[in-house]
Amino acid sequence: MYELGSPPSEVVLELRDIYKSFGDKHVHRGVSFQLKKGEILGLFGGSGSGKSVILRSIIGLEKPDSGSILFENQDLTQLKEHELFPIRTRISYVFQNGALFDSLTVEENLSYPLQEHSTLSPEEIHERVEQMLALIDMKGSNDLLPAELSGGMQKRAGLARATILDPAIILFDEPTAGLDPANTARLLENIKHLKKRGITGIFVTHDIPAALEIADRVAILHQGKIHAIDTAERIRNSDDPVVRPFFAGEHSHSAKLGPERQDGVKNG
Amino acid sequence: MHEKIPSEAELTGTPLDTLSLRLGRSAVSTLRFASGFANLSLEVFGELFRPPFYPRLILDQMYQIGIQSFLLVAVTGMATGSVMALQFGFGLAKFGGKLYVPKIVALSMLREMGPVFTSLLVSGRISSGIASEVASMNVTQQIDAIRALGTSPVKRIVIPRLIACMVMLPLLTLFADYIGIFGAMIVSASELSITSEYFLSKSIETLRMADLLTGMAKTVVFAYFIAITACWKGLNTEGGTLGVGNTTTWVVVASSIFIMVSDFFLTKLFILTVYPS
Repeated sequence: MYELGSPPSEVVLELRDIYKSFGDKHVHRGVSFQLKKGEILGLFGGSGSGKSVILRSIIGLEKPDSGSILFENQDLTQLKEHELFPIRTRISYVFQNGALFDSLTVEENLSYPLQEHSTLSPEEIHERVEQMLALIDMKGSNDLLPAELSGGMQKRAGLARATILDPAIILFDEPTAGLDPANTARLLENIKHLKKRGITGIFVTHDIPAALEIADRVAILHQGKIHAIDTAERIRNSDDPVVRPFFAGEHSHSAKLGPERQDGVKNG
Repeated sequence: MHEKIPSEAELTGTPLDTLSLRLGRSAVSTLRFASGFANLSLEVFGELFRPPFYPRLILDQMYQIGIQSFLLVAVTGMATGSVMALQFGFGLAKFGGKLYVPKIVALSMLREMGPVFTSLLVSGRISSGIASEVASMNVTQQIDAIRALGTSPVKRIVIPRLIACMVMLPLLTLFADYIGIFGAMIVSASELSITSEYFLSKSIETLRMADLLTGMAKTVVFAYFIAITACWKGLNTEGGTLGVGNTTTWVVVASSIFIMVSDFFLTKLFILTVYPS
């Protein structure tokens, strides 16, 4: 592994030597990296390389077999489920498919985090939801159910729900997967807007051009470890034989890029 | 993450090997279920008294599980009581025992037929409903989303359904008991020439509060099993829509078997402790 990126400012999240296996599939074999305040880290890797598992481990949806995840002076791997609840208001997760609650309307989905974790009145919550809907270009969709939304709208609503509490870190799990170019562009605009506000995040994707538009640094996950981590520009120009294939067809169909693992594991 | 159990396609070797593997697989599945059931029960008790509480979700579930089952319970209760009156009436008439119909029907409805039939029918409806809903939420990452948004699936999904089942199933049984006895009274009057006054007075004379309460107590046990099993299986569903279908079938079968088997042991327990000798 090499790291040539600009020296850290304030480190807000650090993964140290994370190991994770599913049965005899060794997904992570010592993953370590730092996330700095205000940066977006693009995380690339082949299908089944364990990118999504890293995000799920950070937010506590998966428990690493060993290693530590440090956030605000706590090792998240040592916390019990109910101790992770307040952490999950500070670190939010944007699911690949939006993961909206299908029995709730768009407004109820977006209100959910505020009702659970804020002391806002119903009127203030409604006002906040209206602001978010305007931001993601979905004004007037309050009473629609997720099944009535397009794929792109579901993802944007999922993004709005994940960011409505103004978290410190946002974990994006392939947010543009399966979207047409117009919806991808619209979603990226939403994320860029968040970036202007100074969000910190990790952006897992196969969509290299999308990630390069958003990411300040890029990490390559290969054979269970972070093979390389650097600024987007340096990684893009790297001669490393592992890194090169990710950018070889950058301007064609990016979803096909990246070496496939033979012992692939679900969840990216 | 559990060790992988061999699939049907992976079973090779002699028929004895295949049988052994299948038995082993069933044993592992049963143990996995037992430990999952116990763990979820512990989580429920751990979370039950810790805020936040969701009374609205409990009321919603009470409506879905209870109120929406009333018609089903009314029809089956009425049919059960009516058929019992007919069968006992014509059967006992041969021995001159027709006048025992009110006592037998009332006692059977309160102790056995009401609780067991109501639980079987309602479990078919609610266990499949709970399991498929929770399993669908699981495979579409909605359960992960509940956790990722800093809330507990046990609190938001399991506890409301458990409380609703444990409150509504006894109430539905109570309703089925009375409507069954009412049906038997109507049939007795119209088919067996037993007057309603006689039927009611003999029923009241026979029944004790313990008969009613033991019948309802059985349904509390059934409800606990149905809700925890359906939620646990739903929360552990894998394999997309196929997995959801398998989960639903498994839960309905498991709940039905549990109701029938545990009814025997509960009845035996009540005979030894509560019912008069």
